Amino acid sequence: MSPSPSAAANPIEVDARELRCPLPVIRLAEAARDAPAGTQIVVLATDPAARHDIPAWCRMRDHELHEVTDVTDATHPYLRFVVVLRAQRAKAGGSGNARQRPSREM
Amino acid sequence: MLPTARATLLAALDEGWADPRRLYSEGRRARALLDQAREVIAHGLGVRPAEVSFLPSGPAALRTGLAGLRYAARRHGARMVASAVEHSAILTTGRFHAAAAQDPGLFEEVRVDPLGRVDLSALETAVAAGGTILAAVQTANGEIGTRQPLERAHAACRTHGIALLVDAMASLGRDPVPEHFDVLAGDARSWGGPGGLGVLVVPERTRWRRPGPVSELEDGRTDVEPVVAFALAAAEAWRQTEATRERQSAFSASIVARLRSAARNLPDVEVVGDPDDALPHVLTFSLLYVDGEALVVELDRRGFAVGSGSACTSSTLEPSHVLAAMGVLTHGNVRVTLPLDPVAPTLEDDVSRFIAELPEAVATVRAQLGVSDL
Repeated sequence: MSPSPSAAANPIEVDARELRCPLPVIRLAEAARDAPAGTQIVVLATDPAARHDIPAWCRMRDHELHEVTDVTDATHPYLRFVVVLRAQRAKAGGSGNARQRPSREM
Repeated sequence: MLPTARATLLAALDEGWADPRRLYSEGRRARALLDQAREVIAHGLGVRPAEVSFLPSGPAALRTGLAGLRYAARRHGARMVASAVEHSAILTTGRFHAAAAQDPGLFEEVRVDPLGRVDLSALETAVAAGGTILAAVQTANGEIGTRQPLERAHAACRTHGIALLVDAMASLGRDPVPEHFDVLAGDARSWGGPGGLGVLVVPERTRWRRPGPVSELEDGRTDVEPVVAFALAAAEAWRQTEATRERQSAFSASIVARLRSAARNLPDVEVVGDPDDALPHVLTFSLLYVDGEALVVELDRRGFAVGSGSACTSSTLEPSHVLAAMGVLTHGNVRVTLPLDPVAPTLEDDVSRFIAELPEAVATVRAQLGVSDL
Protein backbone atom coordinates (compact mmCIF):
# COMPACT_ATOMS: atom_id res chain seq x y z
CA MET A 1 0.00 0.00 0.00
CA SER A 2 1.41 3.39 -0.91
CA PRO A 3 0.80 6.55 1.10
CA SER A 4 -2.41 8.18 -0.04
CA PRO A 5 -2.19 11.94 -0.57
CA SER A 6 -5.71 12.54 0.73
CA ALA A 7 -4.90 10.85 4.04
CA ALA A 8 -1.70 12.88 4.36
CA ALA A 9 -3.56 16.07 3.62
CA ASN A 10 -5.94 15.51 6.51
CA PRO A 11 -3.86 14.41 9.45
CA ILE A 12 -5.59 12.95 12.48
CA GLU A 13 -4.85 14.98 15.59
CA VAL A 14 -4.51 13.26 18.96
CA ASP A 15 -4.42 15.77 21.80
CA ALA A 16 -2.93 13.80 24.69
CA ARG A 17 -1.80 16.82 26.67
CA GLU A 18 -2.13 16.45 30.45
CA LEU A 19 -2.48 12.67 30.06
CA ARG A 20 0.09 10.57 31.86
CA CYS A 21 1.95 7.54 30.55
CA PRO A 22 0.95 5.15 29.08
CA LEU A 23 -2.18 7.03 27.94
CA PRO A 24 -0.59 9.19 25.17
CA VAL A 25 0.71 6.04 23.44
CA ILE A 26 -2.64 4.30 23.93
CA ARG A 27 -4.52 7.25 22.36
CA LEU A 28 -2.09 7.16 19.42
CA ALA A 29 -2.54 3.40 18.99
CA GLU A 30 -6.34 3.80 19.07
CA ALA A 31 -6.16 6.44 16.34
CA ALA A 32 -3.86 4.21 14.29
CA ARG A 33 -5.94 1.06 14.68
CA ASP A 34 -8.27 1.49 11.70
CA ALA A 35 -6.38 4.12 9.72
CA PRO A 36 -4.84 3.21 6.37
CA ALA A 37 -1.14 3.29 5.55
CA GLY A 38 0.06 6.79 4.75
CA THR A 39 -2.15 8.40 7.37
CA GLN A 40 -0.44 11.20 9.29
CA ILE A 41 -1.19 11.35 12.99
CA VAL A 42 -0.20 14.43 14.95
CA VAL A 43 0.16 13.75 18.67
CA LEU A 44 0.40 16.50 21.28
CA ALA A 45 1.70 15.47 24.70
CA THR A 46 3.00 16.99 27.91
CA ASP A 47 4.01 13.78 29.69
CA PRO A 48 7.82 13.56 29.85
CA ALA A 49 7.72 9.83 29.07
CA ALA A 50 6.04 10.52 25.71
CA ARG A 51 9.34 11.87 24.37
CA HIS A 52 10.76 8.35 24.63
CA ASP A 53 7.68 6.18 24.36
CA ILE A 54 6.12 7.52 21.16
CA PRO A 55 9.37 6.92 19.21
CA ALA A 56 9.56 3.46 20.88
CA TRP A 57 5.99 2.68 19.80
CA CYS A 58 6.80 3.71 16.21
CA ARG A 59 9.82 1.40 16.26
CA MET A 60 7.92 -1.53 17.80
CA ARG A 61 4.96 -1.13 15.39
CA ASP A 62 7.15 -0.26 12.39
CA HIS A 63 5.61 3.14 11.71
CA GLU A 64 7.55 6.25 10.76
CA LEU A 65 8.23 9.00 13.27
CA HIS A 66 8.38 11.90 10.88
CA GLU A 67 9.02 14.80 13.22
CA VAL A 68 9.27 15.75 16.91
CA THR A 69 8.98 19.39 17.94
CA ASP A 70 9.27 21.05 21.32
CA VAL A 71 6.54 23.66 21.26
CA THR A 72 7.80 26.22 23.73
CA ASP A 73 6.08 29.39 22.53
CA ALA A 74 2.89 28.54 24.41
CA THR A 75 1.81 29.23 27.97
CA HIS A 76 2.06 25.50 28.57
CA PRO A 77 4.91 23.93 26.58
CA TYR A 78 4.25 20.57 24.96
CA LEU A 79 5.67 18.06 22.50
CA ARG A 80 4.32 17.63 18.99
CA PHE A 81 4.92 14.38 17.12
CA VAL A 82 4.11 13.65 13.50
CA VAL A 83 3.69 9.94 12.86
CA VAL A 84 3.16 8.44 9.40
CA LEU A 85 1.54 5.01 9.40
CA ARG A 86 3.10 2.29 7.33
CA ALA A 87 1.22 -0.78 6.06
CA GLN A 88 -0.08 -2.96 8.89
CA ARG A 89 2.08 -6.00 9.30
CA ALA A 90 0.88 -9.05 7.33
CA LYS A 91 -1.48 -11.18 9.33
CA ALA A 92 0.02 -14.38 10.67
CA GLY A 93 -1.03 -16.97 8.11
CA GLY A 94 -3.23 -19.77 9.34
CA SER A 95 -2.75 -19.12 13.05
CA GLY A 96 -6.08 -17.38 13.31
CA ASN A 97 -4.41 -14.72 15.44
CA ALA A 98 -4.63 -11.57 13.39
CA ARG A 99 -3.01 -9.41 16.09
CA GLN A 100 0.00 -11.59 16.64
CA ARG A 101 3.25 -9.70 16.72
CA PRO A 102 6.73 -10.87 17.46
CA SER A 103 8.23 -9.59 20.68
CA ARG A 104 11.45 -7.67 20.43
CA GLU A 105 14.63 -8.10 22.29
CA MET A 106 16.81 -5.05 22.67
CA MET B 1 21.25 -8.31 54.52
CA LEU B 2 22.69 -11.80 54.99
CA PRO B 3 21.59 -13.49 58.26
CA THR B 4 25.23 -13.86 59.39
CA ALA B 5 25.88 -10.18 58.68
CA ARG B 6 22.84 -9.30 60.77
CA ALA B 7 24.11 -11.44 63.65
CA THR B 8 27.51 -9.75 63.36
CA LEU B 9 25.85 -6.35 63.36
CA LEU B 10 23.92 -7.09 66.56
CA ALA B 11 27.00 -8.51 68.30
CA ALA B 12 29.10 -5.59 67.12
CA LEU B 13 26.71 -3.10 68.68
CA ASP B 14 27.80 -4.57 72.02
CA GLU B 15 31.47 -4.97 71.16
CA GLY B 16 32.22 -1.99 68.98
CA TRP B 17 30.11 0.82 70.40
CA ALA B 18 32.99 3.00 71.59
CA ASP B 19 34.74 5.87 69.79
CA PRO B 20 37.68 4.29 67.94
CA ARG B 21 39.77 7.43 68.53
CA ARG B 22 39.72 7.10 72.33
CA LEU B 23 42.47 5.44 74.29
CA TYR B 24 40.41 3.58 76.87
CA SER B 25 40.12 -0.14 76.29
CA GLU B 26 36.63 -0.03 74.73
CA GLY B 27 37.86 2.59 72.28
CA ARG B 28 40.92 0.54 71.42
CA ARG B 29 38.69 -2.49 70.94
CA ALA B 30 36.47 -0.53 68.53
CA ARG B 31 39.55 0.64 66.61
CA ALA B 32 40.83 -2.92 66.31
CA LEU B 33 37.45 -4.11 65.00
CA LEU B 34 37.29 -1.29 62.46
CA ASP B 35 40.81 -2.05 61.23
CA GLN B 36 39.91 -5.73 60.98
CA ALA B 37 36.85 -4.95 58.84
CA ARG B 38 38.94 -2.67 56.63
CA GLU B 39 41.51 -5.42 56.10
CA VAL B 40 38.88 -7.92 55.01
CA ILE B 41 37.34 -5.55 52.49
CA ALA B 42 40.67 -4.23 51.20
CA HIS B 43 41.93 -7.78 50.73
CA GLY B 44 38.72 -8.66 48.87
CA LEU B 45 39.07 -5.65 46.59
CA GLY B 46 42.76 -6.35 45.98
CA VAL B 47 43.96 -3.05 47.47
CA ARG B 48 45.81 -1.97 50.62
CA PRO B 49 43.80 -1.21 53.80
CA ALA B 50 45.02 2.42 53.82
CA GLU B 51 43.45 2.88 50.40
CA VAL B 52 39.97 1.98 51.71
CA SER B 53 37.70 4.48 53.47
CA PHE B 54 34.25 3.86 54.89
CA LEU B 55 31.53 6.38 54.05
CA PRO B 56 27.85 6.53 55.00
CA SER B 57 26.61 5.04 51.68
CA GLY B 58 27.65 4.08 48.17
CA PRO B 59 26.37 7.34 46.66
CA ALA B 60 28.21 9.31 49.38
CA ALA B 61 31.40 7.43 48.47
CA LEU B 62 30.81 8.22 44.80
CA ARG B 63 30.27 11.95 45.45
CA THR B 64 33.29 12.10 47.76
CA GLY B 65 35.41 10.27 45.19
CA LEU B 66 34.40 12.76 42.53
CA ALA B 67 34.94 15.80 44.76
CA GLY B 68 38.51 14.74 45.66
CA LEU B 69 39.46 14.11 42.03
CA ARG B 70 38.06 17.51 41.05
CA TYR B 71 39.87 19.33 43.81
CA ALA B 72 43.20 17.61 43.16
CA ALA B 73 42.98 18.52 39.45
CA ARG B 74 41.62 22.05 39.90
CA ARG B 75 44.67 23.70 38.31
CA HIS B 76 44.32 21.50 35.20
CA GLY B 77 40.66 22.05 34.46
CA ALA B 78 37.14 21.39 35.62
CA ARG B 79 35.53 19.47 32.77
CA MET B 80 33.98 16.10 33.61
CA VAL B 81 32.67 13.31 31.44
CA ALA B 82 30.23 10.54 32.37
CA SER B 83 28.20 7.89 30.61
CA ALA B 84 24.55 8.84 30.24
CA VAL B 85 23.52 5.88 32.41
CA GLU B 86 25.64 6.71 35.49
CA HIS B 87 24.10 6.94 38.96
CA SER B 88 22.26 10.20 39.62
CA ALA B 89 24.89 11.05 42.28
CA ILE B 90 27.29 11.58 39.35
CA LEU B 91 24.89 13.11 36.84
CA THR B 92 23.30 15.64 39.20
CA THR B 93 26.72 16.70 40.54
CA GLY B 94 28.12 17.15 37.04
CA ARG B 95 25.09 19.15 35.89
CA PHE B 96 25.26 21.26 39.05
CA HIS B 97 28.89 22.26 38.46
CA ALA B 98 28.25 23.07 34.81
CA ALA B 99 25.20 25.16 35.70
CA ALA B 100 26.99 26.94 38.55
CA ALA B 101 29.82 27.93 36.19
CA GLN B 102 27.31 28.79 33.44
CA ASP B 103 29.32 26.59 31.11
CA PRO B 104 27.45 23.57 29.73
CA GLY B 105 30.75 22.28 28.29
CA LEU B 106 32.01 21.48 31.78
CA PHE B 107 29.94 18.31 31.92
CA GLU B 108 29.42 15.91 29.04
CA GLU B 109 27.06 12.96 29.20
CA VAL B 110 28.27 10.37 26.73
CA ARG B 111 25.62 8.48 24.76
CA VAL B 112 24.97 4.78 25.13
CA ASP B 113 23.86 2.24 22.54
CA PRO B 114 20.41 0.57 22.63
CA LEU B 115 21.80 -2.09 25.00
CA GLY B 116 22.87 0.63 27.45
CA ARG B 117 26.61 0.30 26.80
CA VAL B 118 28.64 3.49 26.58
CA ASP B 119 29.70 4.49 23.06
CA LEU B 120 33.47 4.03 23.32
CA SER B 121 34.41 6.24 20.41
CA ALA B 122 32.22 9.04 21.78
CA LEU B 123 33.85 8.53 25.18
CA GLU B 124 37.32 8.65 23.62
CA THR B 125 36.45 11.92 21.89
CA ALA B 126 34.94 13.36 25.08
CA VAL B 127 37.98 12.65 27.27
CA ALA B 128 40.28 14.15 24.65
CA ALA B 129 38.72 17.61 25.00
CA GLY B 130 40.96 20.18 26.69
CA GLY B 131 40.43 20.79 30.41
CA THR B 132 38.88 17.37 31.01
CA ILE B 133 39.93 16.01 34.40
CA LEU B 134 37.88 12.88 34.94
CA ALA B 135 35.50 10.35 33.44
CA ALA B 136 32.91 8.41 35.43
CA VAL B 137 31.89 4.97 34.19
CA GLN B 138 30.11 2.24 36.15
CA THR B 139 31.11 -1.44 36.21
CA ALA B 140 27.56 -2.37 35.24
CA ASN B 141 24.16 -0.78 35.38
CA GLY B 142 21.99 -1.95 38.26
CA GLU B 143 18.80 -1.13 36.41
CA ILE B 144 19.40 -3.07 33.21
CA GLY B 145 22.45 -5.21 34.08
CA THR B 146 24.60 -4.21 31.09
CA ARG B 147 28.33 -4.24 31.87
CA GLN B 148 30.56 -1.38 30.72
CA PRO B 149 33.90 -1.70 28.89
CA LEU B 150 36.08 -0.47 31.75
CA GLU B 151 39.40 -1.67 30.41
CA ARG B 152 39.06 0.39 27.25
CA ALA B 153 37.57 3.34 29.09
CA HIS B 154 40.56 3.30 31.43
CA ALA B 155 42.97 3.10 28.51
CA ALA B 156 41.30 6.16 26.94
CA CYS B 157 41.60 8.07 30.21
CA ARG B 158 45.25 7.13 30.63
CA THR B 159 46.08 8.35 27.13
CA HIS B 160 44.97 11.81 28.21
CA GLY B 161 46.24 11.61 31.79
CA ILE B 162 42.81 11.88 33.37
CA ALA B 163 41.24 9.87 36.18
CA LEU B 164 38.59 7.13 35.80
CA LEU B 165 36.01 7.10 38.59
CA VAL B 166 34.27 3.72 38.73
CA ASP B 167 30.91 3.10 40.37
CA ALA B 168 30.83 -0.57 41.37
CA MET B 169 27.66 -0.31 43.43
CA ALA B 170 25.73 -2.72 41.22
CA SER B 171 28.39 -5.37 40.69
CA LEU B 172 30.31 -5.99 43.93
CA GLY B 173 29.32 -9.37 45.33
CA ARG B 174 28.00 -10.54 41.94
CA ASP B 175 30.85 -10.01 39.47
CA PRO B 176 34.63 -10.23 39.93
CA VAL B 177 36.06 -7.06 41.49
CA PRO B 178 37.02 -4.42 38.93
CA GLU B 179 40.68 -3.92 38.10
CA HIS B 180 40.51 -0.84 35.92
CA PHE B 181 39.92 2.32 37.96
CA ASP B 182 41.61 5.29 39.58
CA VAL B 183 38.91 5.72 42.23
CA LEU B 184 36.28 3.12 43.09
CA ALA B 185 33.01 3.39 45.02
CA GLY B 186 30.81 0.58 46.34
CA ASP B 187 27.92 -0.05 48.70
CA ALA B 188 27.84 -2.87 51.27
CA ARG B 189 24.21 -3.67 50.45
CA SER B 190 25.25 -5.03 47.05
CA TRP B 191 27.15 -7.92 48.66
CA GLY B 192 24.61 -8.59 51.41
CA GLY B 193 25.92 -6.14 54.00
CA PRO B 194 23.92 -3.53 55.89
CA GLY B 195 22.68 -0.20 54.62
CA GLY B 196 24.68 2.73 55.91
CA LEU B 197 28.09 1.67 54.66
CA GLY B 198 29.77 2.84 51.49
CA VAL B 199 33.32 2.03 50.46
CA LEU B 200 35.66 4.47 48.74
CA VAL B 201 38.93 3.18 47.28
CA VAL B 202 41.62 5.74 46.48
CA PRO B 203 44.82 3.95 45.40
CA GLU B 204 48.07 5.59 46.41
CA ARG B 205 48.93 6.41 42.77
CA THR B 206 45.77 8.53 42.31
CA ARG B 207 45.92 12.31 42.68
CA TRP B 208 43.08 12.89 45.11
CA ARG B 209 42.50 15.55 47.76
CA ARG B 210 39.49 16.22 49.94
CA PRO B 211 38.14 19.75 49.39
CA GLY B 212 37.91 20.73 53.04
CA PRO B 213 39.87 21.04 56.24
CA VAL B 214 42.20 18.28 57.33
CA SER B 215 40.30 15.37 58.89
CA GLU B 216 41.70 12.62 61.04
CA LEU B 217 38.95 10.21 60.01
CA GLU B 218 39.35 7.48 57.39
CA ASP B 219 42.76 8.64 56.21
CA GLY B 220 41.46 12.15 55.79
CA ARG B 221 38.93 11.24 53.12
CA THR B 222 35.79 12.12 55.08
CA ASP B 223 34.68 14.01 58.16
CA VAL B 224 31.89 11.56 58.95
CA GLU B 225 32.76 8.90 61.49
CA PRO B 226 31.95 5.38 60.23
CA VAL B 227 29.71 3.13 62.33
CA VAL B 228 31.99 0.33 63.50
CA ALA B 229 29.16 -2.21 63.69
CA PHE B 230 28.15 -1.52 60.07
CA ALA B 231 31.74 -1.99 58.91
CA LEU B 232 32.02 -5.31 60.76
CA ALA B 233 28.73 -6.57 59.36
CA ALA B 234 29.82 -5.50 55.87
CA ALA B 235 33.10 -7.41 56.28
CA GLU B 236 31.26 -10.53 57.45
CA ALA B 237 28.89 -10.30 54.49
CA TRP B 238 31.85 -9.88 52.14
CA ARG B 239 33.53 -13.01 53.52
CA GLN B 240 30.41 -15.09 53.04
CA THR B 241 29.37 -13.71 49.65
CA GLU B 242 32.85 -13.86 48.15
CA ALA B 243 33.26 -17.50 49.23
CA THR B 244 30.15 -18.52 47.28
CA ARG B 245 30.07 -15.82 44.60
CA GLU B 246 30.82 -17.89 41.53
CA ARG B 247 28.29 -20.57 42.38
CA GLN B 248 25.67 -17.97 43.30
CA SER B 249 26.19 -15.96 40.15
CA ALA B 250 25.82 -19.06 38.00
CA PHE B 251 22.62 -19.91 39.86
CA SER B 252 21.29 -16.35 39.46
CA ALA B 253 22.13 -16.41 35.77
CA SER B 254 20.16 -19.63 35.29
CA ILE B 255 17.13 -18.07 37.00
CA VAL B 256 17.45 -14.86 34.96
CA ALA B 257 17.52 -17.00 31.80
CA ARG B 258 14.17 -18.55 32.83
CA LEU B 259 12.76 -15.10 33.60
CA ARG B 260 14.03 -13.77 30.28
CA SER B 261 12.31 -16.44 28.23
CA ALA B 262 9.10 -15.95 30.23
CA ALA B 263 9.26 -12.19 29.64
CA ARG B 264 9.90 -12.62 25.92
CA ASN B 265 6.73 -14.68 25.61
CA LEU B 266 4.57 -11.82 26.89
CA PRO B 267 2.72 -9.95 24.16
CA ASP B 268 4.19 -6.56 23.14
CA VAL B 269 7.29 -6.59 25.30
CA GLU B 270 10.78 -5.15 25.03
CA VAL B 271 13.34 -7.03 27.12
CA VAL B 272 16.06 -4.46 27.72
CA GLY B 273 19.79 -4.60 28.41
CA ASP B 274 22.50 -6.88 27.06
CA PRO B 275 21.29 -10.50 27.16
CA ASP B 276 24.85 -11.84 27.55
CA ASP B 277 27.40 -9.36 28.90
CA ALA B 278 25.40 -8.30 31.94
CA LEU B 279 25.08 -8.74 35.70
CA PRO B 280 23.83 -12.22 36.54
CA HIS B 281 20.95 -11.17 38.79
CA VAL B 282 19.02 -8.42 36.97
CA LEU B 283 16.27 -8.62 34.34
CA THR B 284 14.33 -5.63 33.01
CA PHE B 285 11.53 -5.43 30.48
CA SER B 286 8.96 -2.87 29.31
CA LEU B 287 5.41 -3.67 28.28
CA LEU B 288 3.51 -1.66 25.74
CA TYR B 289 0.18 -0.18 26.96
CA VAL B 290 0.89 -1.03 30.59
CA ASP B 291 0.82 1.40 33.49
CA GLY B 292 4.04 0.62 35.40
CA GLU B 293 2.60 1.67 38.72
CA ALA B 294 -0.50 -0.50 38.27
CA LEU B 295 1.66 -3.51 37.40
CA VAL B 296 3.99 -3.01 40.38
CA VAL B 297 0.92 -2.82 42.65
CA GLU B 298 -0.69 -5.87 40.99
CA LEU B 299 2.51 -7.91 41.42
CA ASP B 300 2.86 -6.70 45.01
CA ARG B 301 -0.71 -7.87 45.67
CA ARG B 302 0.42 -11.30 44.49
CA GLY B 303 3.44 -11.19 46.81
CA PHE B 304 6.20 -10.11 44.42
CA ALA B 305 8.42 -7.06 44.99
CA VAL B 306 9.68 -5.67 41.69
CA GLY B 307 11.22 -2.35 40.72
CA SER B 308 10.24 -0.08 37.85
CA GLY B 309 11.84 2.71 35.86
CA SER B 310 8.53 4.04 34.59
CA ALA B 311 7.72 7.69 35.18
CA CYS B 312 4.49 6.99 37.06
CA THR B 313 6.43 5.03 39.70
CA SER B 314 8.89 7.84 40.43
CA SER B 315 8.35 10.79 42.70
CA THR B 316 9.41 13.21 39.95
CA LEU B 317 7.14 11.63 37.30
CA GLU B 318 10.19 11.48 35.03
CA PRO B 319 11.01 8.12 33.48
CA SER B 320 14.29 6.38 34.31
CA HIS B 321 17.21 8.25 32.74
CA VAL B 322 18.74 4.87 31.90
CA LEU B 323 15.78 3.66 29.83
CA ALA B 324 15.48 7.11 28.23
CA ALA B 325 19.18 7.17 27.25
CA MET B 326 18.83 3.74 25.63
CA GLY B 327 15.80 4.84 23.62
CA VAL B 328 13.66 1.94 24.81
CA LEU B 329 10.06 1.98 25.94
CA THR B 330 9.89 3.53 29.41
CA HIS B 331 6.31 2.78 30.36
CA GLY B 332 5.18 -0.55 31.75
CA ASN B 333 8.68 -1.19 33.01
CA VAL B 334 9.45 -4.04 35.41
CA ARG B 335 12.83 -4.70 36.99
CA VAL B 336 13.52 -7.99 38.73
CA THR B 337 16.59 -7.95 40.98
CA LEU B 338 17.35 -11.36 42.49
CA PRO B 339 18.41 -11.36 46.14
CA LEU B 340 21.45 -13.34 47.31
CA ASP B 341 20.35 -16.86 48.20
CA PRO B 342 21.00 -16.81 51.98
CA VAL B 343 18.41 -13.99 52.03
CA ALA B 344 15.91 -15.86 49.84
CA PRO B 345 16.13 -19.63 50.38
CA THR B 346 12.88 -20.25 48.45
CA LEU B 347 13.96 -18.22 45.41
CA GLU B 348 13.53 -20.98 42.84
CA ASP B 349 9.95 -21.70 43.87
CA ASP B 350 9.14 -18.01 44.12
CA VAL B 351 10.42 -17.44 40.60
CA SER B 352 8.39 -20.37 39.27
CA ARG B 353 5.26 -18.87 40.79
CA PHE B 354 6.21 -15.43 39.39
CA ILE B 355 6.61 -16.89 35.90
CA ALA B 356 3.27 -18.64 36.22
CA GLU B 357 1.41 -15.53 37.40
CA LEU B 358 3.10 -12.84 35.31
CA PRO B 359 0.99 -13.23 32.12
CA GLU B 360 -2.21 -12.96 34.14
CA ALA B 361 -0.94 -9.94 36.08
CA VAL B 362 -0.06 -8.19 32.80
CA ALA B 363 -3.42 -9.11 31.25
CA THR B 364 -5.20 -7.75 34.34
CA VAL B 365 -3.60 -4.31 34.14
CA ARG B 366 -4.02 -4.16 30.37
CA ALA B 367 -7.71 -5.04 30.74
CA GLN B 368 -8.12 -2.13 33.18
CA LEU B 369 -6.95 0.20 30.42
CA GLY B 370 -9.05 -1.51 27.74
CA VAL B 371 -6.15 -2.00 25.36
CA SER B 372 -6.47 -5.67 24.48
CA ASP B 373 -7.09 -5.01 20.75
CA LEU B 374 -4.44 -2.35 20.06
